[in-house]
Amino acid sequence: MVDETAHARTLALDVPGWPGHHAGQHLDVRLTAEDGYQAERSYSIASAPEDARVALTIERIDDGEVSPYLAGDVVVGDAFEIRGPIGGHFTWRASDGGPVLLVGGGSGLVPLMAMLRHRARAGSRADARLLVSARTVDDLLYRDELERLASAMDGLSITTTLTRGTPDGWKGHGRRVDAAMLGEVGPAASAAPKVFVCGPTPFVEAVADELVALGHGAAAIHTERFGPTGG
Amino acid sequence: MPPFTRGFHGRPRRPDVDPARVPPGQYVVEDFPVLSAGPTPRTPIDQWSFTIQGAVDAAQTWTWEELNALPQETFTVDIHCVTKWTKLGTAWTGVSVDTLLEGVGTEAEYVSVHADGGYTTNLPLEDLSDGKAWIAHTFDGEPLEPAHGGPARLVVPHLYFWKSAKWVRGLTLTVDDEPGFWELAGYNNYGDPWREQRYWGD
Ligand SMILES: Cc1cc2nc3c(=O)[nH]c(=O)nc-3n(C[C@H](O)[C@H](O)[C@H](O)COP(=O)(O)OP(=O)(O)OC[C@H]3O[C@@H](n4cnc5c(N)ncnc54)[C@H](O)[C@@H]3O)c2cc1C
Repeated sequence: MVDETAHARTLALDVPGWPGHHAGQHLDVRLTAEDGYQAERSYSIASAPEDARVALTIERIDDGEVSPYLAGDVVVGDAFEIRGPIGGHFTWRASDGGPVLLVGGGSGLVPLMAMLRHRARAGSRADARLLVSARTVDDLLYRDELERLASAMDGLSITTTLTRGTPDGWKGHGRRVDAAMLGEVGPAASAAPKVFVCGPTPFVEAVADELVALGHGAAAIHTERFGPTGG
Repeated sequence: MPPFTRGFHGRPRRPDVDPARVPPGQYVVEDFPVLSAGPTPRTPIDQWSFTIQGAVDAAQTWTWEELNALPQETFTVDIHCVTKWTKLGTAWTGVSVDTLLEGVGTEAEYVSVHADGGYTTNLPLEDLSDGKAWIAHTFDGEPLEPAHGGPARLVVPHLYFWKSAKWVRGLTLTVDDEPGFWELAGYNNYGDPWREQRYWGD
């Protein structure tokens, strides 16, 4: 168990008989209360297919039912049911090559991180661009690991934007993802990158619309929406 | 029953929700979440049309005006998404698929639904007939928003909601069952929420 931020925690699960997964897939967690009541939610797999354990990173939604349990109450040694891996659409394999553009908001970074971890573990040098949006610098998931991955100079570039204020000396952006930012991060639509966008619904809606306006083909844009509408 | 999860109690059960209306594994939401595989298509209604084709005597196409000139039904149903949310008492207006199928002669037993963005989903024809399905363009008295499938989506409330194709553009009647987008990607071919038919093998 690793606390990633004040609101998010990574659980590394030992899963007997795990059949393996592709980066970007998710699984379902099912919790059963003593009275038999069950609640089930989906969580993206954060770990690379090459890793021995299956990692989830769960962001705590304060009035939520399942995430406060997984990101708060669970202790090492607890067991719960999972199902998966699930999903064949929002996936990237090193053999797919590049270019790829990954755009993540909040915990939407999780399945994209699985792709980057897989890319590194598989020794891929595919052209990959990651654009991460978080509220504050303290909400950024996997910060140190992303810095390490970016410093490998193997074809990965990482851009970060903060939407609720930037600390002194911040080198990234300080606004919501917009067309100019997507254009700058690239690759250009003419390079026909595979694009993966993941995060809260309003974030995904806005980013996907901007990508279409920039000329990216709708079929190249893969989306995964977490959580409710609104915002 | 699996072993219980230490320390998990769940949310207090809502006294206002009739448990008989909530399929196993679902929780009731008040908002209206969105699930789609790509960007939201936005087709202007003057370029929108709806076609029934495939194993039929003659293909038929309706423009937006023609669809709206057909008899309209307003109906209130519970909807169940495979991602576990259920929304009770949703109110829609649209055209019953029965109305569209009235003049269509076919021996086909399956339907492949197609939609803008290349999305497809399949289901038995009998699951679309006899008052079980509509092409809906209005939600809660307002034009259906693009994010929820506007200008028009299929609504088949008795199956998981991925069968209710957003941005729907037509039905292709088929003799053989032809799995669609999510059905090829690991989701159950039929998708009955009451039997928790989420994935392959359920
Ligand atoms: C394919 C898929 C992959 C996912 N992967 C992850 C992941 O890797 N990490 C992760 O933390 N979550 C992920 N989610 C979201 C997760 O499934 C739950 O929705 C989330 O943990 C909230 O569940 P809960 O039971 O705590 O809250 P609920 O009891 O379901 O909801 C409580 C309140 O919070 C609102 N709410 C629900 N979800 C969100 C949200 N995401 N943001 C803001 N408000 C919300 C609800 O509308 C409600 O008002 C994923 C969802 C999907 C569909």
